[in-house]
Amino acid sequence: MSALLRPDRSPRARRRTLTGGVFRIVALLATALGVVMLAVLLLDVFRDGAGEVDGSFITSYPSRFPERAGIRSALLGTGWMLAFTAAMAFPIGVGAAIYLEEYAADIWVTRVIQINIANLAGVPSIVYGLLGLSFFVRFMMLGRSVLAGSMTMSLLILPLIIVASREAIRAVPDSLREGSLALGASRWQMVFRTVLPAAMPGILTGTILALSRAIGETAPLITIGALTYIAFDPSGPLDLFTVLPIQIFNWVSLPQQEFHKLAAGAIVVLLAVLLLANSVAIVIRHRFERSRR
Amino acid sequence: MSSEFSGRRRRDLTERAIHGFLFACAAISVLTTIGIVVSLLGETVNFLRQVSVVEFLTGTRWTPLFASKHFGVLPLVSGTLAVALVAMVVALPVGLLSAIFLSEYAPAQVRGVLKPVLEILAGIPTVVYGYFALLFVTPLIRAVLPETGVFNVLSAGIVMGFMILPMMASISEDAIRAVPTGLREGAYALGATKYEVVVRVVLPAALSGILAAVVLSLSRAIGETMIVSVAAGQQPKMGFDLLHSMETMTAYIVQVSLGDTPQQSIEYSTLFAVGTLLFLMTFVMNALSDWLVRRYREAYQ
Repeated sequence: MSALLRPDRSPRARRRTLTGGVFRIVALLATALGVVMLAVLLLDVFRDGAGEVDGSFITSYPSRFPERAGIRSALLGTGWMLAFTAAMAFPIGVGAAIYLEEYAADIWVTRVIQINIANLAGVPSIVYGLLGLSFFVRFMMLGRSVLAGSMTMSLLILPLIIVASREAIRAVPDSLREGSLALGASRWQMVFRTVLPAAMPGILTGTILALSRAIGETAPLITIGALTYIAFDPSGPLDLFTVLPIQIFNWVSLPQQEFHKLAAGAIVVLLAVLLLANSVAIVIRHRFERSRR
Repeated sequence: MSSEFSGRRRRDLTERAIHGFLFACAAISVLTTIGIVVSLLGETVNFLRQVSVVEFLTGTRWTPLFASKHFGVLPLVSGTLAVALVAMVVALPVGLLSAIFLSEYAPAQVRGVLKPVLEILAGIPTVVYGYFALLFVTPLIRAVLPETGVFNVLSAGIVMGFMILPMMASISEDAIRAVPTGLREGAYALGATKYEVVVRVVLPAALSGILAAVVLSLSRAIGETMIVSVAAGQQPKMGFDLLHSMETMTAYIVQVSLGDTPQQSIEYSTLFAVGTLLFLMTFVMNALSDWLVRRYREAYQ
């Protein structure tokens, strides 16, 4: 109180200002620490791995001999897994979002599904792996196949796609819906021809972000038993497979330094793939937004 | 008239079919939860037929892969908590201070750059963090503390702290932003400095949201798998020995999955028993965090 009455630079007022200044700097440094850590991580990985990445690294199978080893089967496996995951998770996720936003009349059902989705988003990924192991691999007898892995991954990223799609659909103004219905469209015609096109940039962005999560996930695929050593090209949904993150895990777990370098090289490729996916998401978003204007 | 009628009927049928399909899509999420619970419980029941609940939950030796088998899960729990606590020691102060800086101090443009950059930390695959922990952070720690093992809790925990940092920061920031401006203005009107407003008014008002961030980050740390599998090793043991290897629940699941475990064996069942415990722990923490978030929403909205 007395400080308020004497705004002159009393020692106490100065101390209070000083504390504020110090705190501000500490907060700034803390924020910078996260950024610095990210920079150090990227620099470390690129310094170790950038030299490994060349044509033969991409096109060779893994090998006991580090100088001959490459990521061909892992890269192809990631591609297969991604294609199947997208083919399953996208329609189901968007369908669920449409149901919750445009169809569900019953508040109670919606609430149960909504709480359920929120809970699923917090389940550790390795638990999805256990579900995949007991249900897809053993019960449905899909084995350690691309399909079993993709199904597991689809369940893992469904909550992300549903949440993003719901937000995009909710952002579509009601006047569009009303106009469509007034022209005699049925509910589905209204959704399919009016709401979905308008919501598509948001839906696609959310889906691509969810898929990039799938690209980087390792634990659930290790749990369902995706193999670490694959020296052939997977050629169908029921083939054995491995993915980039598992190949990285495998190499980093070996004691020899040569393999650590290979792991770093594979990380550089993995990060490049993720960067590409995110750029595609941004481009799609922009293109849709321009065409709508 | 009749063709119009049948056209309408067809349209109604299509509409109903589509409605059914969309409902099935939404129902898959509920089926997933049921699937998780059923598959976890099924094998856990098998496991508990051979090992008593008491031994599982209170035993202090975990050696299911050895000839002399012990099934006390506490060493795995203690390893999990040790790594998660180290992670929180990093993520809590750094995340909270970042949240304060971004919401209270940073100009809009600075925030617009820093926040997306911090979010990148959450998008880096965890196996990459594992690489970084094992091959960058651990050598640093060993340079300072030479007695440190190649696999150790400290390095995995520190790196995991940076992985959960964006989550800690963004949920705290939401909570801080939800504090009504009126509270801040009232404090300024009483002559408080910005620091005093932040520390004595805003933070206490945002406390339940910040607690929610802590609990959710902790839950994420407990469920994280690859950093610990790469960098923390596979030694299931009690205690809090940060400079050496400990095994977490998730790392154990990975360890068994990498081997070729026959389906009928007790080793296979342990996967699901440990998985069930992990699921329950994270479920309780997520629910607690959700409740805390709703508490501040009710208070300020």
